Amino acid sequence: MHPSNVWQALARPGYPLSAWPWRAAGYLLTGAVAGAVVLVGIVLSAVAGGVLALALVGIPLLLATALAGLPVAVVERLRLRLVDAEPAPDPHEPPGAPGLRAWLATRLRERATWRELGHALLFAGLLWPVDALVLAVGLLAPLSVLLTPLLLLVAGEAKVLKLWLVTGWPAAFGWAVLGLLLLVLGGYLLGVAAGARAGLTRLLVAPREVDLGARVVELTRSRARLVDAFEAERRRIERDLHDGAQQRLVALTMTLGLARLDAPPGPLADQLATAHEEAGAALAELRELIHNIHPKVLADYGLEAAVCDAADRSAVPVDVDLELPGRLSPAVEATAYFVVCEALANVDRHSGANRAEVSGGHRDGRLCLRIRDDGRGGARAGQGSGLTGLADRVSVLDGRLSLSSPPGGPTLLCVEIPCDPAR
Amino acid sequence: MTLRVDRPLRVVLAEDGVLLRDGLVGLLGRCGHEVAAAVGDAEALVAAVGEHDPDVVVTDVRMPPGFQDEGLHAAVRLRRERPTLPVLVLSQYVQRRYAAELLDSGDGTGVGYLLKDRVGQVEEFVTALGEVADGGTVVDPEVVRQLLRRRRDPLERLSPREREVLALIAEGRSNSAIARRLVVSEAAVGKHVSGILTKLDLPPAQDTHRRVLAVLAYLRA
Repeated sequence: MHPSNVWQALARPGYPLSAWPWRAAGYLLTGAVAGAVVLVGIVLSAVAGGVLALALVGIPLLLATALAGLPVAVVERLRLRLVDAEPAPDPHEPPGAPGLRAWLATRLRERATWRELGHALLFAGLLWPVDALVLAVGLLAPLSVLLTPLLLLVAGEAKVLKLWLVTGWPAAFGWAVLGLLLLVLGGYLLGVAAGARAGLTRLLVAPREVDLGARVVELTRSRARLVDAFEAERRRIERDLHDGAQQRLVALTMTLGLARLDAPPGPLADQLATAHEEAGAALAELRELIHNIHPKVLADYGLEAAVCDAADRSAVPVDVDLELPGRLSPAVEATAYFVVCEALANVDRHSGANRAEVSGGHRDGRLCLRIRDDGRGGARAGQGSGLTGLADRVSVLDGRLSLSSPPGGPTLLCVEIPCDPAR
Repeated sequence: MTLRVDRPLRVVLAEDGVLLRDGLVGLLGRCGHEVAAAVGDAEALVAAVGEHDPDVVVTDVRMPPGFQDEGLHAAVRLRRERPTLPVLVLSQYVQRRYAAELLDSGDGTGVGYLLKDRVGQVEEFVTALGEVADGGTVVDPEVVRQLLRRRRDPLERLSPREREVLALIAEGRSNSAIARRLVVSEAAVGKHVSGILTKLDLPPAQDTHRRVLAVLAYLRA
C-alpha cells in the first residue's frame, strides 16, 4: 500500500528515493511563497482599511480583512494534498439562504471562520519564515554543497556555504559526497517539518471533528424527531386499521350473521357458521393488534388509565398505585406506557411472580414509575427482554431506565422521565 | 328464521363508517325497528335526538371530527339532559373507563356498552338493544372480564360457578337467561345469585337491573 501521508512515508526505508521529500519541499516552498503573499495582503488591506475607515469607505475593507482567513484556508486545504492524501473537509456550513447577507451572517457566526483568521495571521506572521528557513537548511544548503565540483569547474574556486574555500578536485568531490549525505538528511528534515506543518494546518483549517457540540445537538434533535415520527406513524396505522379493515370486518360479520339467519339448516348453514366464527376471530385478533399498536385508552384517558388497563390484562395480579397531576406529553405517556407493558410482559413470561406492583408519580419535574414483582429475579436487560429498545426510547426523552434484579428477586424496574404536566 | 321484534323502536343511529352505518340501518329495519335518523358525527347525533325524540340511541364511540371519544361524550351529554334516554354505545375497543363514564350518566339504567363485534351476533345484538330500550343495563362481557380480573381478593371466595354467574349478572342477564346459558334450573341460579350477593355484601334484589347495577358498582369500586 502506498503511504497516504508524509509521516507514513518517513517510516519507509525507501523514503529518500521516493517522491515524498520533493513533495515535502514543494509543500514548504508553496507555503513560504503563499505566506509572504498573505502577509503583504493582510498588512496592506488592514492599513488601507484603517486609514479609510475614517471616511467609512474602509469599513468593508476591514471586514474583508477579518474574513481573509477563508480564502487562505481554501488554499491551505488544497496545499495539504501535497503531503496528506486524506481529504481535508470544508468545516463551513452552507448559508441558510441565498445572498451575500445570509452568507456573511453564517460565516461571521461560525467558529471556523475565526479559527481560520487566526491561522492566516499565524501563517503570515510566523509559519512562512519557518517554512523558508527549513527549506534553506534542508534543501538549498545540501544542494549547494553537492554542487561544489560544478562551481569549481565554472569559477575556478568554490566557497562551500561561504565558509570553506575549496580549490582542489579531491576536496570538491569530498564535499559533493558530503552534500549528498546532507541532502538525504535534509529530505528527512523536510518531511518532518512538512508533516508537522500539515498537522497544524489541518487542526486549524480542517478539524476532523467539525463542531462536535453542534453535531451532538443536531443528532439528539433528529433522534427525538425520529421517535416522534415513529409515534405518529403508529397512530396513523392504528387509525387506518380502525377506519378500514376493522370497519369492513365488522360489516362482514354482520352480513354473515344475517345470512346465517336466512340459511336453511344444512351444510350451507354450517359453512356460514364457520365463516362467521372465523370472521369474528379475525376481528378479535385485529382488535388486539390495534390495541398493541396504540391503545385508545392512552390517547383518551392518559397514562394512569392505560396503566390500569395494562394491569387488568396482565395474567399476574398487578396493584397499581399511581398519582399523576393530569395529562403528560404524548411522547412521555407513550414511552412510559410501553415500558410498563414490557415490564409486565416480562413479569408474566420470566419472573414466576405471584404479584406485581406499578407505583409512582410526578415529582420535582420528573415522572417516576416503579414496576416491582416478587418473582425469582435474575433479569437482565439486553437478553431479548425488549428493555434495551425501551431504554433507548427513554433516553431520547432524557430519561433513565434502571433495573435491579438480584437472583432470588425481587425485580425492580425504575423509569424516570423529566416532563411537565401538559394540562 | 325471523328477526321481528315485539316492540318496534324508533332509533337514532350515529356511526361514521358508511359501510357499517348502512349495514346497521338494514339490520334494524329488518327486525322491525324504525331508523329515524342515521348520522355520521356527534354534533348531528345531538341534533337528530332533539329533532326525532327516539326510543333509543345507538352510537359509535369514535367519530369525527377528532376521532377520539366524541360519540361517548355525546351520549353522556344526551343522558345528562334526558336521564331516561336509553343509549347503546358501540366501540371497537371496550375499556372499563368508558363503561364507567356511561354508567355514571343518569342512574345507570337504559344503558348499553358493547363491543362493535357484537353486531355480528345479530340476535344477541337485537336482544341487547331491546333490553336497553326497556331501561336495562347491558355491559359487554369483555368489560366484565376486565372488571373481574381487576377485583381479586373478595372474588377469590367465590366458586368458579359463582364467578361465571357473577359475570353473567354483570352483563345484564336475568336469572332465566343465566339458567338457559349455563343449562341449569332457574332455582339453581337463584341459589348461586343469593350466595354471591351474600359473599360480596351486596343488597339482595329481585329486580335484574338493580342487581346488575349493584354488581357493577361493586366491581368498579
